[in-house]
Amino acid sequence: MSVEIEIRFTLNGRPVSARIGPTMKTLTLLREQFGLSGTKYACGEGECGACTIRVDGKTQNSCLMFAADCDGREIVTIEGLKTPAGMNPVQKAFVEHGAVQCGFCMPGMIMQADYLLGNNPQLTRQEAQRGLEGNLCRCTGYTKVLDAVESVARQKCCGQC
Amino acid sequence: MEQKAAAPAIARKTLIGQRIKKPDAPDKASGKTRYINDMALPQMLHGKVLFAGRPHARIVRLDTSAAEKLPGVHAVLTGKDAVGLNFGFVRDNVPLKSIVRCEHDEIAAVAAESEDIARQALKLIEVEYEDLPGIFAPEDGARADAPLLRDNFPGNKSLHFAFKHGDVAAAEAASDFIVDSVFRPHHVTHCCMGTSCAIADFDDNGKLTIWTQSQYPYNYKMDLAPALGIQPGDIRVIQPPVGGAFGSKLDVYPYEPIAALLAKKTGRPVKVMYSREEEFKASPTRQPAVIHMRTGCKRDGALTFRSADVLLDNGAYTSWGPTIPVIMMRTTSGHYRVPVVDFKAQAIYTNNPYAGSFRGYGNVQTTWATAQQMDMLADMVDLDPLEFHIKNAQKSGEYTPQKSFLRECALAECLEAAGKASDYSRKRKEYAALRETPGRYKKGIGLASSIHNAGGAKIHKSDGIGTILKVDDYARVTVISGASEIGQGIDAVITLIVAEELGVPLEHVTLVNNDSDIAPWDVGVHASRTTFIAGNGTRRAAQKAKAQILQSAEKFLGEAAETLELRGGHVVRDACGTPLIKLDRLLRQMHFQDEPELVMVTDYYEPKSEPEGASHISDHSAAYSHAVHVAEITVDTLTGEIEVDRITVAQDVGRVINRMGLEGQIEGGIAIGLGYALSENMQLERGLLKNPSFRDYKLITAPEMPPLDMHFIESDCAEGPYGAKGISELPTIVIAPAIANALYNATGVRLFDPPLAPEKVARAIADLRQSRP
Repeated sequence: MSVEIEIRFTLNGRPVSARIGPTMKTLTLLREQFGLSGTKYACGEGECGACTIRVDGKTQNSCLMFAADCDGREIVTIEGLKTPAGMNPVQKAFVEHGAVQCGFCMPGMIMQADYLLGNNPQLTRQEAQRGLEGNLCRCTGYTKVLDAVESVARQKCCGQC
Repeated sequence: MEQKAAAPAIARKTLIGQRIKKPDAPDKASGKTRYINDMALPQMLHGKVLFAGRPHARIVRLDTSAAEKLPGVHAVLTGKDAVGLNFGFVRDNVPLKSIVRCEHDEIAAVAAESEDIARQALKLIEVEYEDLPGIFAPEDGARADAPLLRDNFPGNKSLHFAFKHGDVAAAEAASDFIVDSVFRPHHVTHCCMGTSCAIADFDDNGKLTIWTQSQYPYNYKMDLAPALGIQPGDIRVIQPPVGGAFGSKLDVYPYEPIAALLAKKTGRPVKVMYSREEEFKASPTRQPAVIHMRTGCKRDGALTFRSADVLLDNGAYTSWGPTIPVIMMRTTSGHYRVPVVDFKAQAIYTNNPYAGSFRGYGNVQTTWATAQQMDMLADMVDLDPLEFHIKNAQKSGEYTPQKSFLRECALAECLEAAGKASDYSRKRKEYAALRETPGRYKKGIGLASSIHNAGGAKIHKSDGIGTILKVDDYARVTVISGASEIGQGIDAVITLIVAEELGVPLEHVTLVNNDSDIAPWDVGVHASRTTFIAGNGTRRAAQKAKAQILQSAEKFLGEAAETLELRGGHVVRDACGTPLIKLDRLLRQMHFQDEPELVMVTDYYEPKSEPEGASHISDHSAAYSHAVHVAEITVDTLTGEIEVDRITVAQDVGRVINRMGLEGQIEGGIAIGLGYALSENMQLERGLLKNPSFRDYKLITAPEMPPLDMHFIESDCAEGPYGAKGISELPTIVIAPAIANALYNATGVRLFDPPLAPEKVARAIADLRQSRP
């Protein structure tokens, strides 16, 4: 007989609660209980980054994180990046620069890029390459992803170039 | 006319060659896109498959009774439920097996209320095996004393191909130099980020709806039907967004009929989705091979002949993999001007995983060989490879020995552009001179090229596409096209072409292309054909709609249709751009007149190409194209690590359509080729995959992606839409041998077996240094 735990946390800005099994992963919780299918399963072992979410401001692989650990945390998923005004600048840049092909890895890639740019608004291309090392993409060869990230960094540095 | 006095003229401007966003990108970037992996239907059950986990065995006992009794389990199927449901290229496969022929053979399948329950049920299935000796290399399977893996395939041969042109013995005798080498392209796999998935549901009339990642929806019906014992016409194929395909979804694989058989048995929709480990083990691979190639030339560098004797590791079943000689021989015979050719290939059954089609389709393996031998021969003749390549390059109007007609051939232009932009010849000399000097890090530069079909490939009876186009009362356009979207960007290309022809905003075009009950015939996304074929189809349909609209405009406006044009959502005078009437207004006038008409047109486009045929002498594509890559690398001679510093690309694209999409296809294609060259490797030990995870199977990551310098050569293809050629496979094909040639330039080491992994490179460098006096 499995035990259920009740957890309460903030999900994309709203307080939520859930009853979960002790071994459930955050990825499953988000996708199956909250219908947030933007966070993707692609490897289940923290190697590909497709399930990247933000936990208390830092990015994590939700496939490795126990759902129980969400308790009391502030969780943001790809669905939470958008504001009523529209997509956030990183999402927009990914669209404008052609960084999206099949797009399956993109929610995770964008979550990670958004986190990197939030930490370092003047991120260089090389830093972006390092920072996105844990996000695999089979379609794009990363070039347009890096173009997109660089363009946001440029906007943040002076808005001119 | 209300606007005739003051309305400003609308200037002529073209979208061809512009940077167009993918229409589906915003939803994908915001996490809104619902991929097949995200889908659930009411009452849906989850299917799971029990794999054999051994390469070759008889099933002595199989007991599913405990699994059947588990609460939440609705069906358990085994090989007994699939007897006679043979499918596949030579009908050698069944959805569920009664004998084990490879590690991922599907022994049983369960449908349950959750994935967890299904997984538990698999553990309750008891199987007793009697292991049999296996064959794990094609050379072993081809031996006269090899055990026969299948009674009806003597010598373990599944397929064989041959093409001969001219007298090889005479050409060999007349050659001043001959290179002779054996290349061993290895097992790699597609690694789609979205794992394999199918959802099947039968209605009460016995018609199947299958949600699938298939990239060839129409022939898919034909291939799936025998695996279920139903008619192709009773299958509706729906293609939700997919997380990549790259050729892996160009055939039916067992999980798809398994989902359908479980759905049939339970009367409920069933979803089968692989975990990443299952994906690694059960997906098709790129076709491994042993290629014995010989190429000869005269003292002046003119090629005299090329021969290839190819042994393919068929694996346990025959999918598209062993059919790659169709393209391998085109490259063997058509990569540079080769007067005499002898090509033969045979596929040998083994107990390894089996190969499907994978971006590059045989040409990755062949170019790995031809492009290295070109480099080796140039060295023997003592010519700069660039000069050697240009000397042997075909020109426009030439035929290859297989009668591929190179109507527009820009190989020499590609060579010159890439050579100049990378400063190839100077750097090559400089790095070669530094090869033997002390120092741990060595720089190298390597050049490679290839040829590929760029106007489809008529391997079926048809290589055509159907298109339906309607323009509604609000001047919104819907294109219903057979062309599948798997991430490559045909949505952007079709949108762009419609907007170009009908002068409507890009956002006013909708593409419907994911339901076989709605969209007309297409062969599928393969052979670099979709921009070429679907582009032509879309353009022709849009032009028909335009002709109808302008005919009506003539009637309403009293100005000759030939003097009118569609621009900026208006009918304008072509010469001056003066707007005469808004398009939506005209469309409503057409609709609501005494003899009402709607704009709804259809088109069937069949490219002017010839069926491949048994002789393999045919102009099987409506266009051919070349690409040249120059790779610049740094080799750590101690660790064997290769860092790619820069890649220069020159590719004959015919004409740029969507510049952003074109760049993206080349960048992504190169990333797959880099993985093939440097790191990706399915480590198989006696048929068992030892590295089924991204931790141990290394894809190229962001820091490893070098800067690319891209040069698009526009040869203006007479048959292509606006002059365009197909582009997406060449980037994957050409890069690996460019790196191998750069490794030689840097170190003197020549490696014929990919990947050029550090340990292999380091050992080869150490061996070479030891062998020197």
